[in-house]
Amino acid sequence: MAHGPAKGIGRWLFTTNHKDIGTLYLWFSFAMFLLGGFFAMVIRAELFEPGMQIIKPEFFNQMTTMHGLVMVFGAIMPAFVGLANWMIPMMIGAPDMALPRMNNLSFWILPFAFTLLASTLFMEGGAPNFGWTFYAPLSTTYAPDTVNYFIFAMHIMGASSIMGSINIIATILNMRAPGMTLMKMPMFVWTWLITAFLLIAVMPVLAGAVTMMLMDINFGTSFFNAAGGGDPVLFQHVFWFFGHPEVYIIILPAFGVISHIIPTFSRKPLFGYSSMVYATASIAFLSFIVWAHHMFLVGMPIGGELYFMYATMLIAVPTAAKVFNWISTMFRGSLTFETPMLFAIAFVILFTIGGLTGVMVAIAPADVQYHDSYFVVAHFHYVMVAGAVFSGTAAVYYWLPKWCGNMYNESMAKVQFWVSFIGFNVTFFPQHFLGLAGMPRRYADYALQFSDWNMVSSIGAFTYGASQLLFLYIVIQAIKSGKPVRDPKVWEGAEGLEWTLPTPVPYHTFSTPPEVK
Amino acid sequence: MPTNPVRKTLVKLLAGAAGMFLFAIFLMPPLYDVFCDITGIGGKTGGPYQVSESGVDMSRTVKVQFVATNNGAMPWEFTPKVFEVTVHPGEPTEAAFFAKNRTSRDMVAQAIPNVTPFNAAEYFHKTECFCFNQQPLEAGAEADLPLVFIVDRDLPTAVKTITLSYTLFDVTDRVNESLAQLN
Repeated sequence: MAHGPAKGIGRWLFTTNHKDIGTLYLWFSFAMFLLGGFFAMVIRAELFEPGMQIIKPEFFNQMTTMHGLVMVFGAIMPAFVGLANWMIPMMIGAPDMALPRMNNLSFWILPFAFTLLASTLFMEGGAPNFGWTFYAPLSTTYAPDTVNYFIFAMHIMGASSIMGSINIIATILNMRAPGMTLMKMPMFVWTWLITAFLLIAVMPVLAGAVTMMLMDINFGTSFFNAAGGGDPVLFQHVFWFFGHPEVYIIILPAFGVISHIIPTFSRKPLFGYSSMVYATASIAFLSFIVWAHHMFLVGMPIGGELYFMYATMLIAVPTAAKVFNWISTMFRGSLTFETPMLFAIAFVILFTIGGLTGVMVAIAPADVQYHDSYFVVAHFHYVMVAGAVFSGTAAVYYWLPKWCGNMYNESMAKVQFWVSFIGFNVTFFPQHFLGLAGMPRRYADYALQFSDWNMVSSIGAFTYGASQLLFLYIVIQAIKSGKPVRDPKVWEGAEGLEWTLPTPVPYHTFSTPPEVK
Repeated sequence: MPTNPVRKTLVKLLAGAAGMFLFAIFLMPPLYDVFCDITGIGGKTGGPYQVSESGVDMSRTVKVQFVATNNGAMPWEFTPKVFEVTVHPGEPTEAAFFAKNRTSRDMVAQAIPNVTPFNAAEYFHKTECFCFNQQPLEAGAEADLPLVFIVDRDLPTAVKTITLSYTLFDVTDRVNESLAQLN
């Protein structure tokens, strides 16, 4: 029979409740977001002025590496797994995830992975310093000894992701309420279903890449060592075979979130639902056959360059279909601009900018200029931060009142939106100029002509960083003392099974499945 | 206890994940090698070359540079006897590397070649090379390691300089292990 949550710390350690685990994932990812953000602040503080002021170049390299690793694997991915845990069972009318105990395991190994990774900062030789892409031989022959900690952290993190994905697929395929056919599933569920398949396909490839590194470093093999008959370029192929689908793993659930928020605040159903599903599936498929566009400068045959260039540009087609669908959803809708909607609209605008610079870097001959410059840094922060992080923030504002039964402070949230929107653009838009002017990424210092825009960028970064602390405050304040909401729908225009449940959502929901017509 | 359809899904997905892991480690490197073989990129040179009588192209010259590197903890002295030669395409040329075992134990070495630029690799032929075999040297002994190569007449005219690099590996332990297995 249904009963409430257990008392004390045991509730969190032994929980198999999808809502508890979702909460754990979200708090963990926010902690990692602050840690990775702190690393970013160190980077921007050092780059505030030319010359070396605060840290040593070796430590700067550790900061860029750890910032990337922590943000991608510790902040963004767990955040969306947390949202999946919270929302998917409620959206498809299931009582819980299909494999609740595996769910507990897949969360609880994560803190160990990142403790292992972060502990390298205090070890002799320092943290990994070879960039989040850990290209061999920089990460093998020339790596600090702590690289082994990094490898094991990646293995644990990968195992966690694979288990999480298996759980999500098993839930979606087996536990939908009667009458909910695949083509009636909410978009967030669809995007996560496809993302989970991507994860199961490529996380093992990442595990394979770090395993080969481990063997090269410790057991005398030569997968990536040219002197032993291997090839460092092979590493890049294996890595990006994982790495390109990985960027869609990050962004597809974000697409799903946006596809819920925009219809709610436009008070119209999502425009072109089935084309959204097919576009998501095509993006996922294309993500497997374009990986070498990250490697235009390794000395590929011209045919290869052309193929990867055209295939990459093809991705713009389904992506544009999604953007047009969101715009069409808003067209002639009864729009209101609550904070989740503001973040969603900012997502559409800024993600499109990031997508267009993506088409620019996809042009092989032009990429010779853009490659490894700040233009690339600007491009992927427009899709990762304004894409994934903005949509994650939107999701928290959108669903938080449903989760805890308290409304956040709307005017403070709007301030938070505008500060982060302005802070974000001030940080990253100038990096386009820096990159086009030739400033390379991953250096602790730069030539004098880059000074002005770097200072602007650093000021923007501090602003953006501060806005995230405000976000933390708004969320805690809403949970502790927000105005109670008891309307099951919370938002006037919200549609879907999760909004038929009482607010705040009880600990156990849909013990008897609802009927979907 | 997961219900049966869930268990089926679980088993399939776990098998898929395991399959992708094995694919990455056991299939991607060989596939990459085959791809490099076909396209000639990667700088790897072939085995012993059968000389075909096609004559020497006296109209142009190619500079061939030699580089010798010791891998990791390899303690031998290892250096090219001549660092650079200028040859005509099609002309068999001799070169030699010098190696000395500076340790007090008998050792076996294996040299691994690599050619830069990569589009020259398939036009760089070796009729004789110390890299085709392992090189045993007793403690304190030294040797000249010979090499005969031909630069193909079809070498793209854009290539004016070819760098041939050898990296020397200590394979003593591996050789001893296989000897121990034979005995």
